Amino acid sequence: MLLTITTKRYPATDLGYLLHKHPAKVQTVALTAGSAHIFYPEATDQSCTAALLLDVDPVRLVRGNGKGHDFALEQYVNDRPYVASSFMSNAISQAYSTAMNGRCKDKPHLVDEAIPFEIVLSVLPVKGGEPLLRQFFEPLGYEVAVQSYALDEQYPEWGLSRYFHVTLRHTLPLKTILRQLYILIPVCDNDKHYFVGDHEIEKLMEKGAGWLDTHPAKELITRRYLRNIAPLAKQALALIMKEEDLPVAEKESKEKVRLHDLRLLTVRDILLEEKISTVVDLGCGEGKLLRLLMEKAAFKKILGMDVSYHALEIARDKLKPDRLPEMQRNRIQLIHGSLTYRDKRLAGFEAGVLVEVIEHLDEPRLAALEKVVFEYARPQTVIITTVNAEYNVRYEKLTAGTFRHSDHRFEWTRAEFTAWGNRVAEQFGYIVTYQPLGETDELLGGPSQLALFKR
Amino acid sequence: MSRRNRKLSHISIPELSLVMLIGPSGAGKSTFARQFFKPTEIISSDVCRGLISDDENNQAVSADAFEVVRFIAAKRLKLGLLTVIDATNVQPESRKEWIKLAREYHVLPVAIVLNMAEKVCQERNTLRADRNFGSHVIPQQIAQLRRGIRYLREEGFRHVFELHSPEDVAQLETITRTPLYNNKKDEHGPFDIIGDVHGCYDELCTLLDTLGYQVDKEKATLISAPVTTNAEGYTRFRKPVFVGDLVDRGPKSPQVLRLVMNMVGNGLALCVPGNHDAKLLRYLNGKNVQLRHGLEQTVAQLAGETPEFLESVKLFLDGLVSHYVLDDGKLVVAHAGLKESMQGRGSGGVREFCMYGETTGETDEFGLPVRYNWALEYKGKAMVVYGHTPVPEATWLNNTIDIDTGCVFGASLTALRYPERALVSVPALEQYAVPARPIGYNAASVLSIQQQYDHVLDIEDFTGRQRLETRYGHPITIREENSIAALEVMSRFAINPKWLIYLPPTMSPAETSQAAGMLEHPAEGLQYFRETGITKVICEEKHMGSRAVVIVCKDESVAVNRFGVEGEGNGVVYTRTGRPFFTEKEMEQVFISRINNALISTGFYDTFETDWVCLDAELMPWSAKAQALLQNQYAAVGTAASQALPVVVDALQQAVKHNVPAEALLEKYTRRLEQAGNYVKAYRQYCWPVNSLDDYKLAPFHIMATEGRTYFDKDHEWHMSAIKNICAGDEQLLLATPYLIVETGNEASEKEAISWWERLTAAGGEGMVIKPFHFVSKDEKGLVQPAVKIRGKEYLRIIYGPEYDAPENLERLRGRKLSGKRSLALREFSLGLEGLERFVNKAPLQLVHQCVFGILALESEPVDPRL
Repeated sequence: MLLTITTKRYPATDLGYLLHKHPAKVQTVALTAGSAHIFYPEATDQSCTAALLLDVDPVRLVRGNGKGHDFALEQYVNDRPYVASSFMSNAISQAYSTAMNGRCKDKPHLVDEAIPFEIVLSVLPVKGGEPLLRQFFEPLGYEVAVQSYALDEQYPEWGLSRYFHVTLRHTLPLKTILRQLYILIPVCDNDKHYFVGDHEIEKLMEKGAGWLDTHPAKELITRRYLRNIAPLAKQALALIMKEEDLPVAEKESKEKVRLHDLRLLTVRDILLEEKISTVVDLGCGEGKLLRLLMEKAAFKKILGMDVSYHALEIARDKLKPDRLPEMQRNRIQLIHGSLTYRDKRLAGFEAGVLVEVIEHLDEPRLAALEKVVFEYARPQTVIITTVNAEYNVRYEKLTAGTFRHSDHRFEWTRAEFTAWGNRVAEQFGYIVTYQPLGETDELLGGPSQLALFKR
Repeated sequence: MSRRNRKLSHISIPELSLVMLIGPSGAGKSTFARQFFKPTEIISSDVCRGLISDDENNQAVSADAFEVVRFIAAKRLKLGLLTVIDATNVQPESRKEWIKLAREYHVLPVAIVLNMAEKVCQERNTLRADRNFGSHVIPQQIAQLRRGIRYLREEGFRHVFELHSPEDVAQLETITRTPLYNNKKDEHGPFDIIGDVHGCYDELCTLLDTLGYQVDKEKATLISAPVTTNAEGYTRFRKPVFVGDLVDRGPKSPQVLRLVMNMVGNGLALCVPGNHDAKLLRYLNGKNVQLRHGLEQTVAQLAGETPEFLESVKLFLDGLVSHYVLDDGKLVVAHAGLKESMQGRGSGGVREFCMYGETTGETDEFGLPVRYNWALEYKGKAMVVYGHTPVPEATWLNNTIDIDTGCVFGASLTALRYPERALVSVPALEQYAVPARPIGYNAASVLSIQQQYDHVLDIEDFTGRQRLETRYGHPITIREENSIAALEVMSRFAINPKWLIYLPPTMSPAETSQAAGMLEHPAEGLQYFRETGITKVICEEKHMGSRAVVIVCKDESVAVNRFGVEGEGNGVVYTRTGRPFFTEKEMEQVFISRINNALISTGFYDTFETDWVCLDAELMPWSAKAQALLQNQYAAVGTAASQALPVVVDALQQAVKHNVPAEALLEKYTRRLEQAGNYVKAYRQYCWPVNSLDDYKLAPFHIMATEGRTYFDKDHEWHMSAIKNICAGDEQLLLATPYLIVETGNEASEKEAISWWERLTAAGGEGMVIKPFHFVSKDEKGLVQPAVKIRGKEYLRIIYGPEYDAPENLERLRGRKLSGKRSLALREFSLGLEGLERFVNKAPLQLVHQCVFGILALESEPVDPRL
């Protein structure tokens, strides 16, 4: 909530001219949700400190945000009044606009002069912690001193907070420092208090001019500054990146996609091989498999079901069934449903597929899923895929004993999956076979595993 | 004779029928219909032509118009409403469609023929400007009508009336509607419904004797029936109702017939026909039937009977009505049961179903047809009592019960007492026959058929817009968008629905206090109840933990038998949104067994005559369940504030020292620093580390239900003291809640409550809850809030933020609105109670789950979570 700028360059009070703020006064500027005060704790020729203090109104913060229907309690008790965030960037641009724009009526020669400054931020939230903070500021030449805090010293087991008391030292023109802070404060926080649109790209280009394109973390900075909104980030990166930078980034994301696509394509191949013409995708999510199935005319009737209404809306948005020609439209249907309730709409299909679905259910609830799928829906063919827990050791980022996804309720080894599948097949009169999915490790198997049930 | 004589002044039709007006254009059908039927009962093809094409005479849209007529007619018939089709209907093929529709809905088709002279029709049409079709049309229609009129009975009409002239029509005064024979809704019982007797006369007499009837066994007559005093205080004679299959296989079919015929003939009993009775009738009528399946015995036994007796048997059997709808539609008795869409209807299909049930078309390994169990899908309101299929034990399934316990096969003869729902059985004296298929074949599971069926509930019963009736409050509507949200939460996070019999309601705070520095104060809570006319309330300390519902079974077999849950331990602890409280199953089970031990050692199970209990409670510490919220929100805000603010205050002090006029800011931020400190102090009150079970505290405050009953008729003092007794069984884990009983309007008593609250909150307590003394309280508008909470000043800091009590903030926060929260609390409260009532009354799980699902759906309504 506090940003101080200190210089000891003689005469230090020149800072007042640079900032266009009188050292003997307290000045206040209005912000969207509150105000900011500018005052000088110290103003001598030897040392001068200008302080920018946020005065965010916590009640108005909530009211201004009242349009959305997201009534999470978190919204009401939050750290915004106490931290340096996009509110601080907003305050910088309101309080120090003259300086940031590089104007100084009385002493114009100061504008481009590199001056030694010490900047203190109290407190700065950094998603990603100290390493990331250093990664953002050090390449720009700042000397970074950081003090971190426990979440609650009375409960050391809760670990460290994401808040830091940050001291930055550098010799630079003030306008450059202000512009860099303007961009990097919300980048550290990884959040914005306002709607982010095209205009945000312009701001990034303007304030980032001359330093962002050579910054080694420019991609991350760009993404975070644009709130990780992919289309905006892509647009901005195209402007910032040099030609040779681009392919690397795209190649990486392509590799990531490959495993999931492989799973889906394998499922589709099996369905084609089995000469299936009607399929129900149980847990269709955003409809990736549905789209693949639509590409093949062999599938005459495709039903996508998911428990998440939000995911279904995305699927509907992607598949646009309403806009398809009638023949195509009649092939596909999306419904909101659940795998723990009996549902007549799921019956009468030749095949049912559950791609990476079962691990999202608490194990005791699988009994209900089994009946819904194998007893009531009862397609001739059922394909179930799930992750292979044995393969987890291959993922470096995954600590032992944790799951690949925060919503996974269990992850099975191949033996566990086989035991389950055999029991289900026996109980409901199916024959089951198994295969690994993805690049197979000799000892560990594939990253995922697939069971094919037939009756 | 299908064509009635010419002079009719009264005709009578069944109250539920599909009436077809038949006659050429201009015969006066619409006028006739308007004269004798309600406008809403008449569906006219001309009107439908108009509705879809703006022209009532547009013949080009006939096909579509008839689709509309059919659609409306089908909806009406489904609801059981008499319907009149106003169209020419002169061709047999058009009538065939309507006969088919009548059959589909099991209503009787009635034909009223307006067979007018051509001249009459032509004259009427020329008077109408809009009817300018060719003159050939009417003669053609008349010809078609007259060709087919003789065959109306063969087409399937049960009632045909013919009118030949305007004079005939003028002479007709009334069309009366007669109830169907099966309609005995005005008979309210009490009844004793008796299963398949199959000639077991001795057992029948013993059963009747056990039920309190006096029978002259020699003469096969009833001497007297027992009396029962009903809820309104009236004394009524009980009446036996036989589900049919009186005869065959057993030793004394003629005696059984004689007794039942006597009783039914004197109006002392009711009887519906079974398939064996029907077959005997066919035999007696001289039809060619095979003497098998026990009929051979009956025939042999009847050999010595007089022709008069045989004649009376024939008359009796012929007069039996397929099924009865009794007691305002609350009870249906049919031999093989009856699905909802057929109840109270009359058709060959209904009769067939009543006597034989439904089969799948397959045959089993014994060569017998595989029965389709209609009761599995039964969702009707009426209780259905039936027999036909012998079962090892009469058990409830979706409010239906098969009471054929195979007496003739050596098991027992069973009666169901209605409305008591009690079963009374007498054992068979011997085994008179061997069943072709073993009784109870396929019953491999330890779970009842209902419990097996309840493994997976049908999504249809919960999604979309739902309207739920509740016994403690108004009917509650669940909107579709809310049930969508509930489906997701229920499917992804909730525990087994078999455990999930109750969810606690949300609780509203008292009206906002206007006292300085306060947002909530007991004065407003007491005022609320005083103003609703409640003179006695209970104040209970509000614990700061997480709401938890605890179900404990005495042992795992109770979990299996009563809850139908296998292999999930002997109890469960879940949150107010139905999620498991403990992530580790083992921990949960140890927790449950601690409470179980306390229940056993304090004699709870014996005192309450139960082997399970459902408790509504608070489970502490708060940090055990809300760990993520605490760390990510509360502690985070606390760190940010308490680290940033000293730096700010320091900077401002420096500025002031250098004569910068920042005193006001310094004062403001110094106060904020202090508030931040209080905030951290506030949330820390409710955190303590949990390393083992001993670190938990459970404070139950309601005993919700035990076997066969709920405790909503008990006052809160009773609940508190019953719970105190349990808590004595494990004082380490269980916590009895301190409380105070207060008389509203009594100044001293109210003052005591207020100062108690002040003491509680000053010591760091969350606050208190004020409840009406009685569990369920009503005023003239309906239910009164079952509880309001009064939270402490410091506790509210963690809800409204560190600086909420700054005067400028408090002023704005006082604008909060409570009505949404209040209404939600009442709806959730009455649904929660309803669900438990249904559960203890052994309703099918889907009816219990509807309530629980409804509460979860209501929880997705947007309400300020700070309330």
